Amino acid sequence: MSKSERPNQLFRNLNAKIASIPMVLTALVVFVGGTAWTVLYSFTNSKLLPRLNFVGLDQYYRLWATPRWLISIENLLIYGVISLVFSLVIGFLLAALLDQKIRFEDTFRTIFLYPFALSFIVTGLVWQWLLNPDFGVQGVVRSLGWTSFDFNPLYNSSIVIYGISIAALWQGTGLIMCLMLAGLRGIDEDIWKAARVDGIPMWKTYLFIIIPMMRPVFITTLVIIASGIVKVYDLVVAQTSGGPGIASEVPAKYVYDYMFFAQNLGQGFAASTMMLLSVMIVIVPWAYLEFGGRRRV
Amino acid sequence: MSDHAISLAAPHAAIRADASGPSGPKPRHVFSRRNIFLYGTLVVVALYYLLPLYVMVVTSLKGMPEIRLGNIFSPPLEITFEPWVKAWSQACTGLNCDGLSRGFWNSVRITVPSVILSIAIASVNGYALANWRFKGADTFFIILIVGAFIPYQVMIYPIVIILREIGLYGSLSGLVIVHSIFGMPILTLLFRNYFTSMPEELFRAARVDGAGFWGIYLRIMLPMSLPIFVVAVILQVTGIWNDFLFGVVYTRPDTYPMTVQLNNIVNSVQGVKEYNVNMAATILTGLVPLVVYFISGKLFVRGIAAGAVKG
Repeated sequence: MSKSERPNQLFRNLNAKIASIPMVLTALVVFVGGTAWTVLYSFTNSKLLPRLNFVGLDQYYRLWATPRWLISIENLLIYGVISLVFSLVIGFLLAALLDQKIRFEDTFRTIFLYPFALSFIVTGLVWQWLLNPDFGVQGVVRSLGWTSFDFNPLYNSSIVIYGISIAALWQGTGLIMCLMLAGLRGIDEDIWKAARVDGIPMWKTYLFIIIPMMRPVFITTLVIIASGIVKVYDLVVAQTSGGPGIASEVPAKYVYDYMFFAQNLGQGFAASTMMLLSVMIVIVPWAYLEFGGRRRV
Repeated sequence: MSDHAISLAAPHAAIRADASGPSGPKPRHVFSRRNIFLYGTLVVVALYYLLPLYVMVVTSLKGMPEIRLGNIFSPPLEITFEPWVKAWSQACTGLNCDGLSRGFWNSVRITVPSVILSIAIASVNGYALANWRFKGADTFFIILIVGAFIPYQVMIYPIVIILREIGLYGSLSGLVIVHSIFGMPILTLLFRNYFTSMPEELFRAARVDGAGFWGIYLRIMLPMSLPIFVVAVILQVTGIWNDFLFGVVYTRPDTYPMTVQLNNIVNSVQGVKEYNVNMAATILTGLVPLVVYFISGKLFVRGIAAGAVKG
């Protein structure tokens, strides 16, 4: 602001400060305070009610000795790699196809993106029905005559997490495609013309020119996918409820079950702190690269 | 440099018997190999994406005997709307057998105030951050954005305690507050970026004319930023309607939102599975965000792009 206004700056900004109270409260009380609270209580032996009875790292030792947690972590890793790789590849390929100045682009984009408007609960229930062993894909193929056809991911504990990934990819690739398409549209048309003049084949142009130029888009997309992976919860609840047995458990479900069903708050806090830690490992380097070096307006 | 490239590209395009105008080359042969591959792939993928929706609709229109006999992809021989009626008004969750309608109205009573409150708070926040920066404001903003990446599981229990202390745990108003809190980062970012991109002179002129914080917000910023408000509404309506985690944590069975009730109906262990009713209930739950999506079209895309890319 101009210099003449300086004397009563405090009063002039008073309204802005009052208006920002919800934001300040949210940032300090919920985000900082809540996180610190959970981390603090993860070092206690709280059961039904939170109590400040410190037991050091006991909850963490117990956590990493629990088979259900180990399965949750393994599932999260498999699910994470699958969603990361496939949603990036499929999302980019679809975006590249849509970027060929095709007709009905809007129609295709609408179709690819509509699952993203649906909730994970709806997605999970639809795919539970599609993968139903008696009536779903397996049943239909068998009734066509191929009686030994076996495709029953939701009731086979060794591949159930792949069955969940199928539903997740169906729901989420549309978003990645949209982000990629926005990135492709941001590339100067002249680059394409220059590449064509030089006789570079299209796939090479994509691989060696366009994709490196889209680095920022890829990084943002990566962060979005990664933060979504850790949060996966509703999809599993709807599709398998963690079953068969505990074969499709995920960390978020572990936290919820221990906090609200098993009445073992300490375990829930320790597990959620581990989730926080894993997110921080992804976010902190990214935030440092994105905001640390230069100031953005 | 770019002019050079264009002048070189032009004869090249002419050789390929096609002037590349501003709208791109027109397809010469409709059935060229490139087109067959391109559209073939797109159509196959599109069919794959549409398949679950088709199966949902088809299943919900069949009777149970037909489902047991036939395959899930075949169209119904006899169309019946009974599953829809049953899903809406008779399906059971636990002891209540009044159908999804209760969950629907709960969701409406959660979504409408949450959308209004979260957007009101976030737009004022964004406005303050863009035009009325005070010392430390950016710090809070950064905390807010970083907080958006913290898994909800970390903050769930402290919020339970806060809500219990102020007597709102288990009530719809409690859930409205939770949605406003967790909608704040992304919406604040959205509004801050939008207001920052508005011409500074406008703000200055209003200041010279003596307008204050609220005056400028209500008379200038609000009317000029309707598109971004629409985007925010789309983002919030779909997001809040589709929420499951907060609904299951912060409400009680009689105030469950639609998603939670749907999951309880379909995944209940008791009774015979009525797949047609389940699918009708699933469509009913997905209907609101789908309608929002198909009506809003490009704005929906803009919403997620604005929310995501600019982060």
